[in-house]
Amino acid sequence: MTRPAFRIVLGVLAAALAALPFVVGGFAITLLNYVGIYALAALGLVLLTGMGGLTSFGQAAFVGIGAYASAYLTTAQGLPPLIGLVAAVATTGGVALLLGAVTLKLGGHFLPLSTIAWGIAISLLFGNIEALGRHNGIANIPPVSVGPVSFFTAESMYYLVGLTLAGAMWLSSNLLDSREGRAIRSLRSGAAMVESLGISVFRTRLAVFVIAGIFAGISGWLYAHMQRFISPAPFELRTGIEYLLMAVAGGSGHILGAVVGAALITFLKSVLQDVLPLLTSNSAQLEIVIYGCLFILLLQYARGGVIPFILRLAPKRRAPPPARITGVLPKQDRSAPDATMLEIVAVTKRFGGLVAVNEVSLKLRAGEILGLIGPNGAGKSTLFNAITGTDKPSSGKIVFRGRDVTHVPARKIAALGMARTFQHVKLRPNMSLLENVALGAYLRSRCGFLGGALRLARAEEAAIRADAMRQLERVGLADRFADLAGNLPLASQRLLEIARSLAADPVLLVLDEPAAGLRRMEKEALASLLHRLREEGLTILLVEHDMDFVMNLVDRLVVLDFGSKLAEGPPSQIRANLQVQQAYLGVAA
Amino acid sequence: MNLEIAGILAQDGIANGAIYVLMAIGMVMIFAVTRVLFVPFGDLSAFAALTLASFQLGRMPATVWLVVLLSALATAAELLRIARKREWHAAHKSLALYLVAPNAPVLLTLLLAGESMHAAAEVVLSIALVVPIGPLLYRIAFRPLADAPILVLLIVAVALHFAVSGVALLFFGPEGFRTRPFVSGEIAIGEVVVSMQVALIVVSSVVFSFLFFVVFEKTMAGKALRATAVNRIGARIVGIRPFRTGGLAFLLGSALAAISGILVSPVATFFFDSGFMIGLKAFVGAIVGGLASYPLAALGAIFVGLLESYSSFWSSAFKEILVFGILIPVLLWRSLAFAQVEEEEEELDEVET
Repeated sequence: MTRPAFRIVLGVLAAALAALPFVVGGFAITLLNYVGIYALAALGLVLLTGMGGLTSFGQAAFVGIGAYASAYLTTAQGLPPLIGLVAAVATTGGVALLLGAVTLKLGGHFLPLSTIAWGIAISLLFGNIEALGRHNGIANIPPVSVGPVSFFTAESMYYLVGLTLAGAMWLSSNLLDSREGRAIRSLRSGAAMVESLGISVFRTRLAVFVIAGIFAGISGWLYAHMQRFISPAPFELRTGIEYLLMAVAGGSGHILGAVVGAALITFLKSVLQDVLPLLTSNSAQLEIVIYGCLFILLLQYARGGVIPFILRLAPKRRAPPPARITGVLPKQDRSAPDATMLEIVAVTKRFGGLVAVNEVSLKLRAGEILGLIGPNGAGKSTLFNAITGTDKPSSGKIVFRGRDVTHVPARKIAALGMARTFQHVKLRPNMSLLENVALGAYLRSRCGFLGGALRLARAEEAAIRADAMRQLERVGLADRFADLAGNLPLASQRLLEIARSLAADPVLLVLDEPAAGLRRMEKEALASLLHRLREEGLTILLVEHDMDFVMNLVDRLVVLDFGSKLAEGPPSQIRANLQVQQAYLGVAA
Repeated sequence: MNLEIAGILAQDGIANGAIYVLMAIGMVMIFAVTRVLFVPFGDLSAFAALTLASFQLGRMPATVWLVVLLSALATAAELLRIARKREWHAAHKSLALYLVAPNAPVLLTLLLAGESMHAAAEVVLSIALVVPIGPLLYRIAFRPLADAPILVLLIVAVALHFAVSGVALLFFGPEGFRTRPFVSGEIAIGEVVVSMQVALIVVSSVVFSFLFFVVFEKTMAGKALRATAVNRIGARIVGIRPFRTGGLAFLLGSALAAISGILVSPVATFFFDSGFMIGLKAFVGAIVGGLASYPLAALGAIFVGLLESYSSFWSSAFKEILVFGILIPVLLWRSLAFAQVEEEEEELDEVET
């Protein structure tokens, strides 16, 4: 399909959706209203699970909190539904903030398990609180009304739900394309990578958790005022899992996935409810069996959901290269040049009884390329982690640009002007090259979550993209800026990581085995890039395995062996050093 | 609360805890070996209890149809795999494992149904019927996903629970059952009077935990399980087949689930879906213990049993809320008290081209 044709299809689709209540009957509209309401909750999960990598089984509990908050205020307290909406957003946001603060530091599988626990606990609470009507729930909830307009009929609800959903999708899509959105999408690369870019993992996780909770809360508000009656049953764990099923079935990596998934599951449910009673008296249970099996098959055969199949029909978006803008993003303060960039004083790192790094001291002068080499197990990576703040040394001191950073967290060190790459490349395979590099500019920009969702910082965003493009040009990847990072060969991925670290405008670049896995030609290209960067004033520290690569590149070498510094000096001197030869070859050559 | 009530509650709590211990051990083992958090674990316990109840009522236990169904699915999956790889020479092994072995207790049940059996025979047959369910579910649902991230396995486990409990309702119906007590009366241990039923549960739990320990520490199969748990790739290199140890872990786990279901069946009424809650509580116990060490998991399970029993004294409505609510501070404490190993977050979806 060509692009104009695709646009026409989209336009016709939108017009058809808007005209639908005039064409089809009430039942279909009611069904679509449910699709919209479920899609809103599933959209929260797309952001949380698909983008942020945090699996939650408890989304239904948040829908319940929103529904109950508004239902209680509009019945027992007689307040208008719009106040109910404010309360729904405030309570879900507040509960999410609280729960998130407690659980989001958990790693791996503990987090999703905790969502099962509070998912059950919250839905049980609804059934046990007198004011919420216990298991009978709350009846006679008024319809939403704004001034003279009352959303009483299914048709009017259709437009309310549709507009709310469209608004939430627009905000989400903006957010994901913004600075904090990129941070959310980077979460799945693991804490080491995220924090090295100056992004706080905890804060970003908490924010996306609260956003997902608020979407669920609004979904619950719509649900309560459409049904006009609520009870604890639809907010149980089972529904939470259905929301997850929707997100995964549609495609948790795409905003549209929530809508497609919600539609699929809701229509399937409707069909099953028509068909199953003809076959068995236990249709509700058979329904669950079918869902369960469907879910398992989906995860076994199409983990990406339906959307990737649909997107193949859409034309490939060929984004134009970003406009050239200069000098908007702040730069590192280089007014007082540092004579000594980095000083390591008697750093020791112990793992239990094992001394991985033993009293190592070294100095890195501004503007030089220093290589840190040594045989396997010499303690290079441990020292590297101590320098970048990924892991703290047991004793000793690390001074970066005159500041003691021994106990400073990685993301604060990054803010001081240190950028790093990883031995096993850590990129976002499903983000474009440009977006991957833009991620590196996180510390040089300010736009927050709300600003991103409302597109308030367009000038800054344009500057970030222009700068990212410049970094891609520096490493020679500019022509592929729109490609997905996952499709690059390893050598280009390493260059892309360097481009990302350059986007942070660092004064010190720390590279972890940049030549590992590269072919000779690729190594030469990398070496010439590093030379060029040094001439532009960058200081470079690299940990390396590959002697040939290092010898022709660096100004000085520090050799580690068994955790201790063995030698230090220019390459020629190191080459002649008997102890070094012994360490590498086992005997004196 | 006086001392007497406190004593009764403690007994109750320890009896519950003893059941959770068996289940927690099984869950921790399955997780360590296969990385699957086996959410339907409690369902298997419920099946064992319901099967025993059916035998006692002189009915044909519906478990047989469940096993037949799962065995058919697993055999079909195996045949498909064999056909694709053209490994017909190894077909007899697959058929023996997935068709003959699971259906042997089914056949026995069909032959013996209606006849009056010794109580012990009923118990043994109930366990034998439930034991194949775990490995069959592993073959059908988890083996095709062996390399998937833990989170995907977890989502599958949750979905599996819903599928399995739905099937259970179709087969067992909505009524609840309680089995006849195995023993009656009370015994006095010093000053304390303990009901025989509680004593039986605690003693059985200790015995089976010990047996489990022996299997794990002393047998070759147990060592293979431990090796896989410690380092999956390393185990593979020394010739331990991951799918075989996975199946074995599910087999042992299944047995533990069945035994705990049988033990608790005379003191609690079982419905088709009762297992989920019991399983989740055992889970909470296992997590309190850290999902890594068996003795700690056991301690955690007993803690949950006691918590449940004492909280039900103060407010039975909030009992469940408390048990699940406690998980959050516990998880928080664990995450703060134990330095986290940086683990790679895995991709849920593949790169789209």
